[in-house]
Amino acid sequence: MSVRLIWGAAAAALALSGCAALEPPKKNAPAIHVNEDPFPSTYVAYPGVPTAIRNATIFDGEGGQINNGTVVLADGVVQAVGGPELPIPAGALVIDGTGKFVTPGIIDVHSHLGDYPSPGVESQSDGNEATSPVRPEVWAEHSVWPHDPGFSRALINGGVTTLQILPGSANLFGGRSVTLKNVPARTAQGMKFPGAPYGLKMACGENPKRVYGSKGQMPQTRMGNIALARETWIKAQAYKRKWDEYYKNGGDMPERDLAMDTLKGVLEGKILVHNHCYRADEMANMIDMSKEFGYHITAFHHAVEAYKVADLLRDNNICGVMWADWYGFKMEAYDAIKENIPLVHNAGACAIVHSDDPNYIQRLNQEAAKALADGQRVGIPNLSEAVAWQWLASNPAKALGIFDRTGSLKPGKMADVVLWNDDPFSVYARPERVWIDGAEMYDANDPKKRPVSDFELGQPGEGDVK
Amino acid sequence: MIRAMLAALLVTVAAPAAAETIAIINGTVAIGNGSGPVEGATVVVRDGRIVAAEQGVRVPADARVIDASGKWVTPGIVAGFSRLGLADVDLGAGGADDTSARNGPFSAAIDVVPAINPNYQPIAVNRADGVTRALVAPSSAKSIFAGQGAVIDTGADMDPITKARAFQFVELGETGANDAGGSRASAHLLFRNALREARELARYSPPVSSGRSTQPDAREQPTVRNPNESRLYGADARRSEDVLLTRFDAAALVPVLQGRQHLLVHVERASDILQVIDLGREFPALRIVIVGASEGWMVAPEIARSGIPVIASALNDLPASFEQIASTQSNIGRMQAAGVKVSMGMIDDNDSRQEFNERQYAGNLVALTKVPGATGVSWGEALRLITSAPAEAIGLGHDIGSLQAGRRADVVIWSGDPLDPRSAAEQVLIDGVQQPLQTHQTRLLDRYRFLPRRDLPEAYRH
Repeated sequence: MSVRLIWGAAAAALALSGCAALEPPKKNAPAIHVNEDPFPSTYVAYPGVPTAIRNATIFDGEGGQINNGTVVLADGVVQAVGGPELPIPAGALVIDGTGKFVTPGIIDVHSHLGDYPSPGVESQSDGNEATSPVRPEVWAEHSVWPHDPGFSRALINGGVTTLQILPGSANLFGGRSVTLKNVPARTAQGMKFPGAPYGLKMACGENPKRVYGSKGQMPQTRMGNIALARETWIKAQAYKRKWDEYYKNGGDMPERDLAMDTLKGVLEGKILVHNHCYRADEMANMIDMSKEFGYHITAFHHAVEAYKVADLLRDNNICGVMWADWYGFKMEAYDAIKENIPLVHNAGACAIVHSDDPNYIQRLNQEAAKALADGQRVGIPNLSEAVAWQWLASNPAKALGIFDRTGSLKPGKMADVVLWNDDPFSVYARPERVWIDGAEMYDANDPKKRPVSDFELGQPGEGDVK
Repeated sequence: MIRAMLAALLVTVAAPAAAETIAIINGTVAIGNGSGPVEGATVVVRDGRIVAAEQGVRVPADARVIDASGKWVTPGIVAGFSRLGLADVDLGAGGADDTSARNGPFSAAIDVVPAINPNYQPIAVNRADGVTRALVAPSSAKSIFAGQGAVIDTGADMDPITKARAFQFVELGETGANDAGGSRASAHLLFRNALREARELARYSPPVSSGRSTQPDAREQPTVRNPNESRLYGADARRSEDVLLTRFDAAALVPVLQGRQHLLVHVERASDILQVIDLGREFPALRIVIVGASEGWMVAPEIARSGIPVIASALNDLPASFEQIASTQSNIGRMQAAGVKVSMGMIDDNDSRQEFNERQYAGNLVALTKVPGATGVSWGEALRLITSAPAEAIGLGHDIGSLQAGRRADVVIWSGDPLDPRSAAEQVLIDGVQQPLQTHQTRLLDRYRFLPRRDLPEAYRH
């Protein structure tokens, strides 16, 4: 519904209520629909030229591999993917990919770039609204500083073309996430992935209980975490009932509550739950809570014990979002094992490699490589580089609700593509070129295509190879 | 009977496997001194030391032979700067973290040796990934002086110390400014004051070490160039006046002042690096090693001229703080090209647990050689950065960090190229002793590799 329509409806409602006293009782005024997208994406793809990459090894992001492959990009989308026989459109820029690799752009489902930008000083620390354990009313996009130099590093070193910015994990309910296309922009809205669903960041375990327990308030324990979360869902259900009733029968508009708006969106299946949760037993608790209140958990992030309950994740259609080898930095990370990602994959669940870090986001391909090698070493069957690229592209795209538009090299999908100068599972590989919606956003051989953030202008090292 | 058992036990203890002669044959061998890998070379180990590592070496008749065909053989990784062994879990696990002492009275006197636990999992995890030695430093708390660090091995025994009190660690960048009350200027004053307190203590106290003359050594005399620095300086100064350090802390700085103990100084900013070089001129006996140096490339010629070694972070490329505005992954390559004695460490980067990342980081520096405009390092140099170079930075290059004859036999056999993190350490020798590679992690894998319910609970599996 457009903004104009909403205002029109509001005016009509006011007019109706104005004459209510003079008329016999009538049926309720029709409901006014709340604008659910008040900060819409203003992203516009940059222009590209028809481009064909030939003779490259292609990982399509869905598990497929084409040797001596050809990819054609035009009009912002993937036009065709195939072998050497694939026709090249007349006038296309043809790139020889001999010895090189083509993949879909990497998608990081867990980043705090912009919300915890560089420099990481107090003035710019905008990732945790740690003033109450329940803050679903905050939206990460309102903290995103689009000039964070971390975005460009993720692009040029990491080949990251899409990323989800999450609020932090101090809170049980941390707020809404935002999914961004990794392009330089003046506003966060200018990066916002058009039409991507919102996510809700939830957290279980140590962080909420530490942050609020140390202040002498609830939650101070894991049982407190669950109790407060359930109380909040009970309120959210009541709030949703009010609005359902209103939308069905009209009448007095219920008072809006931004926090409950977000949770109502989750209960309606419009907002995806991204749940920070490390321990197997706690993931099971969160699954039971989701069933109690009728919502679905899209993904457990930092799921270091996912391997212990990989069957549970599979059976409940929940992605495990994991690191390759982080361990031991707190008790709930003590049981991390290096085979976590391949074991979750092997169980038939959706496995994703994530960063949660401005440095690791530059090397997610290497993190996947380590996990792949660890999985192969312990004999997990049917693992290959092409299969493992799913952990970096199609699976995260599914977890973000954007797989119909990006996350693999299929005709009609956004041309979010990386040309690697070597096998991207090798530590010696780097992105050579990166396209987003078919527009070339990085070329290692073109010194003019090195993004410099506003913050870096006039600083030592400006425009340097980073 | 009991005596016989004890005797047998003693024999077992007194005749460690280090006495073994081992020949590792047919491997792709890299020495760790900057040279490239050599195929089909042989590494011979005897009595815990390297005898030879090259092509065409004769296998001793009494040697246990390990065939490393298709494998790579290198010295063990030396973590250039770490907190390894000081913490098992870092956050919210009271009792398992001895990296710093926020509420204690001491600073420079702190010695990490009593805190290091060779049974902590990070030691095992890093051993299993080919890290065999580490420089271990405490973290600063209330003072710019963090205390005395050690060099350790990661062997599966209760004797982790290679060299105790190998260096003093001091913060002189942003962290030092914070520790000193809020400014770098204050940190530098505290530093000078501390060395003068140490000097007075050295003059009026018995010598700490018997190996040196008790006569005043000209090299220990600070050269005062700025009159503002001489407030407390002079022959009549007594330590009883204006004392800021505890006696223990001041005493701990005497060997630093005298150049008998290395001084690791953490700075990142180019201007801070130049200030440290100036300290070296002011106190010529100091054996300074700069740690961090994210902006080192900007003043690389000055560092090279000073001869001060640098243990740098490898992949910092973000302006993560205002002292790292000019960070770039080309930093180490550029310093190396300028002649700086550079090596790699984990400075504030998962430093108590993930030293195994160093080989991945080193591989990334090799990758830069193919990126236009960037400066990387060769494969051989990259391996050197994480083996012999950090050992040399603190004067232990003759003992650890390479496969050159006479060094301690810390040897790793890898499944493939060790700078590619897809490769795994398959066999690890420390001081010539074959190491177990099991960890808490590998045991968990054994238990949970297959999930179907069994007759008994998980706790009975394996």
